[in-house]
Amino acid sequence: MAIPTLDESEFIDKFGPHLNHEPPGGWLENKQSGEATLVKTHCCFCGVQCGIQLKVQDNKVIGFEPWEEFPVNHGMLCPKGVKRYLQNEHPDRLMSPLVRTESGFAEASWDEALNRTVAAIRKIQADHGPDSFAILGGASMTNEKAYMIGKFARLAVKTANIDYNGRLCMVSAGAANKMAFGVDRAANPWSDIPLAKAVMLSGTNLGECFPILTDYVWRARDNGAKIIVIDPRMTPIARTADLFLPVRPGRDSALANGILHVLIERGWIDEKFIAEHTIDFDRVRDLVKRYTPALTEKITGVPSASVIRAAEIWGPAPTSMLLHARGVEHQVKGVENCLSYINLVLATGRIGKPGSGYGTITGQGNGQGGREHGQRCNQLPGARDIENPAHREFIADFWNVKESEIPHTGLTACEIFDAIEAGKIKGLFSISFNPLVSIPDANRTRAALDKLEFYGCIDFFLSESARHADVVLAGSLQEEDEGTVTTGEGRCVRLQQSVTPPGNARVDWMILKDLAERLGAKDHFLYAMSEDIFRELAAASKGGSADYSGMTYDRIEKNMGLFWPCPSWTHPGTPRLFENGVFHHPDGKARFCGFEYRPPAEDIDSEYPIFFTTGRVVSQYLSGNQTRRIGPLVEQYPEPLCEMHPMLAARLGIIHGELVKVVTRRGEIVVPAQVVRTIRPDTVFVPYHWPGKKSANLLTNRALDPISKIPEYKVCACRVERISA
Amino acid sequence: MISANDQFFIDPSRCIGCEACVAACMECDTHRGRTMIHLEFIDRASTTQTTPVVCMHCEDPACAQVCPADAIKQTEDGIVHSSIKSRCIGCSNCVLACPFGVPHYVAAIDQMVKCDMCFDRTSIGKKPMCATVCPSQALFFGTVEEVMRMRQERPIQEFMFGEQPVRTKVKMMSAPGMERMDYDIMDFMPGAASTMVDIAELSVWTSGMETLNVEPA
Repeated sequence: MAIPTLDESEFIDKFGPHLNHEPPGGWLENKQSGEATLVKTHCCFCGVQCGIQLKVQDNKVIGFEPWEEFPVNHGMLCPKGVKRYLQNEHPDRLMSPLVRTESGFAEASWDEALNRTVAAIRKIQADHGPDSFAILGGASMTNEKAYMIGKFARLAVKTANIDYNGRLCMVSAGAANKMAFGVDRAANPWSDIPLAKAVMLSGTNLGECFPILTDYVWRARDNGAKIIVIDPRMTPIARTADLFLPVRPGRDSALANGILHVLIERGWIDEKFIAEHTIDFDRVRDLVKRYTPALTEKITGVPSASVIRAAEIWGPAPTSMLLHARGVEHQVKGVENCLSYINLVLATGRIGKPGSGYGTITGQGNGQGGREHGQRCNQLPGARDIENPAHREFIADFWNVKESEIPHTGLTACEIFDAIEAGKIKGLFSISFNPLVSIPDANRTRAALDKLEFYGCIDFFLSESARHADVVLAGSLQEEDEGTVTTGEGRCVRLQQSVTPPGNARVDWMILKDLAERLGAKDHFLYAMSEDIFRELAAASKGGSADYSGMTYDRIEKNMGLFWPCPSWTHPGTPRLFENGVFHHPDGKARFCGFEYRPPAEDIDSEYPIFFTTGRVVSQYLSGNQTRRIGPLVEQYPEPLCEMHPMLAARLGIIHGELVKVVTRRGEIVVPAQVVRTIRPDTVFVPYHWPGKKSANLLTNRALDPISKIPEYKVCACRVERISA
Repeated sequence: MISANDQFFIDPSRCIGCEACVAACMECDTHRGRTMIHLEFIDRASTTQTTPVVCMHCEDPACAQVCPADAIKQTEDGIVHSSIKSRCIGCSNCVLACPFGVPHYVAAIDQMVKCDMCFDRTSIGKKPMCATVCPSQALFFGTVEEVMRMRQERPIQEFMFGEQPVRTKVKMMSAPGMERMDYDIMDFMPGAASTMVDIAELSVWTSGMETLNVEPA
């Protein structure tokens, strides 16, 4: 039973989060000491992967300098990037493997920790079958680790149940990309954004979640572009937009259908492109006939004049970019929402050209690469399909195993927790994942972790989930390992090792290699350095849809990143997909996929009359395991607030700053009210980076999109209560 | 490397309130973890509008004029420096006098601190830290020619506070055709007719109210 053996305050005393404010030795020491070296690498946080130079001295990261030559961010950084170095030399850093005792954790030798993990895997699998042990990876990991954890699960642990936290992130967009275009990648480099004359930002709080892309959008506006922002909240990027569509949560597919309706009615579609490069438009044309501006307004809450205005901006524009993110993707119809928006791109034929195209903005550092190399339950390296016989043969051959030795499709991340709850999965090993904070319906997640016979994880700080672990293996921070990540635009960039792991902590992939060896799979993991893993994953991707086979560390560095597909050592990479209108389906044509609007899994009613939605703030990142330990970032936005409109606040008798209770069918939290006129009056918003009693994911609904299995973070029903004094 | 013609421009309409500028200011070597600039939320109850507040480096700086200890010095390049530690008496005259709300009194060190346009970086050929990192380029460091080529807004450096003209080294991006920004104290008094267009006004959300009265499905 993986039940924590300390209470919350004891965990915080021992393992934090404590706040780090200063570089090692303090500001004065830092100034007085000798020469530091600058290491050109990347930020450890979001999918933009800004170039940054870490300042290193005596094997410590002591600060940073902007890296102005890196072509994506030109030295720009958000506050997380500026302060990221404070995660290094942190008092909470795990320096040794830990094993759980009756009173917290005790330090253990690597031998003891690894043997205990291997023994647990063997025992659980012997008792309950190979799939009773599950592995969870993460999309903040390098391509090398993403590849390795997939191979580790299938060849060393021999379980089908391997998935990753990207399942919580953008898998619905990924599935939509595959369905529409035959390939899962943003279609354009971000350098196309400033060339667009219309930019549609749908469900993306771009200014706070991908701050550097703001400059790209503003440069488009400098060049005469009109900006359309679709969001239930007036986020910083929405404030000065040309058109703001305040969509009711969970209504996005209807809004896209409504805009397409007007585009067709006004003749703003490219019939020639549709005929030559797409199929199934007629079905979509019929479908959207009924989505008149009036009906669209009724469903979405967006005034019909604004629906028409969106079409008037989008329709005649000579170039255009559609960008969307979690707002439309985090729904039980996430795939349907994305495809409905992609229809706007295909109908106008504006894709595969400079300044014209589409992208989902991946949220995690390696949100793109993390979904290509086989750590998904339904995927093999090179973004191959685990159920495609030819793909299985290729990888079996490559790994030198029998095709039958490769497990078939396993469970997705949330389903793994459902299966733990149901008693079908008994053991879990995770890396780069803090499910207790990040999976919806946290009370159920906690009970599931408690129920495990064994839970082991690799972590650099003791996350809230790791408190439940039997064994915690002290791994590496991003700057303590090297490798590659693939950014939200499909650019594979090079991470440099700036320092070595402190104390007894070890580089993550070496820990996995040791575990594999102890599980009897040594021959499959003969890596001496990170580059060996990259060479293997690049070769494994050859001929797959995400083809890295022409990339080397040297080439990636020299080019400041290479875009896949890059199928040979002389290939320059492919920043823009679908040039000349050729898509990646076998017939070269894109697919229109239209959907009737359907309501969210849980809609508002008289008992729970207010929409609840979640998202990020600029100073925190994901479950906060890193950013809740960095002083200046915590001080910028110290605790979750419940944003609500003054009309709603007045109705409930709530004043700004007072504590309110937000209740859903799954749980309740008490947080201060932030009364602002920048949110729909029928909706409240609480950011999700915090654990415990303030965790927004105590409230969210673990209802899954049927295709992608992404959960519906962005809409459920709540009520808000005043806490009487 | 920066050029001798590089100047500092501010465009609050681009600001997303991320505070990267403030975070980065702390990291300048000589600042030792203390920021010399700040970010203003204009009226968070109504809008997400924010603006970074860096020193405008007035040609005839009010802060220096009112300083009884002669602690605020202007160099030939037009930079108005932060207070000199050995002179500043912490009286906060400068805080009250500055028309842009720039100087801050820091009790911990009993001294006024303010932005010196990253003198320590620009003097060795580096751009100011805040303008380098600013993700929206609301803070921009470059030449007038660059900013005129890249943007539709136009830089101005003349301000009128009541009857008091102020000319600054730092330039504010503004609507084309505007040559000076005029402010009157009455604009900021209770009951003043706001000239700002408030896009968060009720009409945006009218449709949001219907669902508040929703009946069980």
